[in-house]
Amino acid sequence: MSLVPLGFIVWITIDTGWAEVIALIFRNRVGELLVNTVLLELCTIPLCILLAVTLAWLTERTDIPGARIWSWLAVAPLAVPAFVHSYAWVSLVPSMRGLWSGVLVSVLAYFPFLYLPVAAALRRLDPAIEDAAASLGLGPWRVFFRAVLPQLRLAICGGSLLIGLHLLAEYGLYVMIRFDTFSTAIVDQFQSAYNSPAANMLGGVLVFCCLLLLGIEVLVRGNERYARVGSGAARPADRRRLGWFVIPAIVLPVLTAALTLGVPFVTLGRWLYLGGAGIWRIDTVGSALLQTIVLAIAGGLLATIAAVPMAWLSVRAPGRLQRILEACHYYVGSLPGVVVALALVSITVRLILPLYQTFATLLLAYVLLFLPRALVGLRASIAQAPVELERAAMALGRTPAQAVRQITMRLAAPGFAASVALVALGITNELTATLMLSPNGTETLATKFWSLTSEIDYVSAAPYAFMMVVLSLPLTLLLYVQSKRTAGQ
Amino acid sequence: MTFLAIKNISKRYGPVHALDGIELSVAAGSRTAIVGPSGSGKTTLLRIIAGFEIPDEGQVMLEDQTLADGPAIVPAHRRGIGIVSQDGALFPHLSVAENVGFGMERGAQDRDQRINALIDMVELDRGMLDRRPHQLSGGQQQRVALARALGRKPRLMLLDEPFSALDTGLRENMRKAVARVLQIAGITAVLVTHDQVEALSFANQVAVLRDGRLIQAGTPQTLYLSPKDRETAIFLGDAIVLPADLGDDAVSCVLGRIPADTNGQQGRADIMLRPEQLRLSVVADAGTEAVCIGKVTDIEFGGAICTVTVVLSDANGLETLNIKSSGVGLPEIGSVVSVTVLGKAHIFDKLGA
Repeated sequence: MSLVPLGFIVWITIDTGWAEVIALIFRNRVGELLVNTVLLELCTIPLCILLAVTLAWLTERTDIPGARIWSWLAVAPLAVPAFVHSYAWVSLVPSMRGLWSGVLVSVLAYFPFLYLPVAAALRRLDPAIEDAAASLGLGPWRVFFRAVLPQLRLAICGGSLLIGLHLLAEYGLYVMIRFDTFSTAIVDQFQSAYNSPAANMLGGVLVFCCLLLLGIEVLVRGNERYARVGSGAARPADRRRLGWFVIPAIVLPVLTAALTLGVPFVTLGRWLYLGGAGIWRIDTVGSALLQTIVLAIAGGLLATIAAVPMAWLSVRAPGRLQRILEACHYYVGSLPGVVVALALVSITVRLILPLYQTFATLLLAYVLLFLPRALVGLRASIAQAPVELERAAMALGRTPAQAVRQITMRLAAPGFAASVALVALGITNELTATLMLSPNGTETLATKFWSLTSEIDYVSAAPYAFMMVVLSLPLTLLLYVQSKRTAGQ
Repeated sequence: MTFLAIKNISKRYGPVHALDGIELSVAAGSRTAIVGPSGSGKTTLLRIIAGFEIPDEGQVMLEDQTLADGPAIVPAHRRGIGIVSQDGALFPHLSVAENVGFGMERGAQDRDQRINALIDMVELDRGMLDRRPHQLSGGQQQRVALARALGRKPRLMLLDEPFSALDTGLRENMRKAVARVLQIAGITAVLVTHDQVEALSFANQVAVLRDGRLIQAGTPQTLYLSPKDRETAIFLGDAIVLPADLGDDAVSCVLGRIPADTNGQQGRADIMLRPEQLRLSVVADAGTEAVCIGKVTDIEFGGAICTVTVVLSDANGLETLNIKSSGVGLPEIGSVVSVTVLGKAHIFDKLGA
């Protein structure tokens, strides 16, 4: 099932015919988009790394006042969907457009994806290594670059990959500031003539970019060993005293918080204030909220249930076949929503027309897109239910299936609930696939927000943005708490 | 009468032979201990008996039923075999009473009564029935696990190092309690352990496993006093191994002539003595008729039993012996002592024989 989108791309390529494929791919338009996309990735990712590593170091390893609050505020931008970020900026500075605006908003919206793992890694690092480096005659700066930074490589690679994939997949953000990427171009093509070979071929190029990113990450990550050598628990690291450096140092988190959170909240607040009570129309806002919640919970449940067998297998019987299966799921999760949606549209139109633009197809897209999210949470909680308990239940007369259901699933229930929540919140903020696949008349918070902002009705759009932010806050909290827990705190 | 029969069981993990042609039979109502160093395959064998692991070859028979014949096996939940594992494996989301009742048929009329009876049997307080596993101590958890396994009225009880997570005093206590409970319930038991003291004191039959092979099986006395080879002898306790000349119903070595069952063997062979077979006595003046004289070079004080190191100043070279001695009336370092041997020496099979 996961391979449907990739299979679709291959099939459509063959179906279209080689000559036309070449004509469609090697043209100026694709070249422009490619240049745009590459520039965006090349500018955004290094800036994100710089910002995230500096902030993480300040909040985790120095005595900067209010470190806890700053680390919270560095994660909080995740609660604001990317297209709401850009909505906030566009309504603040209406002239924003083009590459540099795109880079600015992308960095602000996505750098927490790097901050989270880097901060967690910094917290986990054994300070004995830094001590050893210092005792070997390295000054503080060289200690950081030669002993600390290399150990952050895994975290930086993982976070950068995540941001890179998001940049490829993001649609709403770039439409608002009129910057063309593959995703926006595909949706444009799709809206003018759906199921067109041109859109499909752009999708193919986009998939290729995704795979390329995944490949680059594997190469850069390498296979060095980063685990601690030796036994026993590492002691927590000391915080470095900043002294009077604290004044310039504190500017960075303050400025970041102002740009990432201040701007969206100020603009949202202003629009809400301007709109007054009139924009809170219970019939439209309420129905969008209700539809969003129903879709999110249904999608969350389906994706999590679909992930159960996979997660159980990956914990209990890790093998080569199982790893390949899992890799397939991750690869789909890394595909942009636009490609998954495109594949499902074409397949339903050509093969099973009755399913076209139904909830079934939409939910299927959600399952495919969010399966990896569900898998991660479930796997961790299943791993916490030891196999001995399943064995004990079997020795007490339960069949293997009963043992899994009564013991393992019962113990994994909190993880199951968390996975449903994670997926549901992802669906709440999902825009592209919902736009392309939802049945006529369906209006989620995201799509309604989108159609209102397209009409430049920023005032009426504000309540929808506000509610998406409110719904996303628990997810952000969950991520923050999880990253603290993995660091053993 | 053979109750559990293990015939030619083999199990391979890739190129590694975890088990290689194991043959073992267990009598009804008896207690068998499978003992061996870590990595010897003892846990794999236990898991094959329980049905969690599939053997490559060989059979497992319980009474008249074939549980495993090569890769064809009866699944664990249909075997009626109870198991108590190292940490008890209690279900953390269920109370003590629910854990104990987990294996009973649902809606059984006398369920509460049976749970109470089992809790009494394993000598736990009934007030604990509502507690959660994490509120119990390690020993209590093991008792609950035992009660839970007994609730199914199993034909056979498997004990997978159930005492190793407990501290020393509690361990001995639990061992006796478990042996008593199993005796009363009349259930055959198989214990897996790496602790030879535990194996010798718990079981009627001890089976020594090493590198996936069954080296020797027999009563604890047989294994302790007449081990098949040097490694087994050392594994089961301290041993003094000396070269000796075999004679008629006796052997001669640095300690003099010691009675032994030579069974008509001749020539040279290694003999084994347990340190507690040797007695030390201080020699007042040299020239007495003591057969074997030595000098005390070191004393390791160990409370009730101390280890005295004696260097024999005998014929060919120096021989160092570590002798267990009572803490009362220890000789001083440097004093001259005589060594007497109690009981018979055990002769190892000659190499290649």
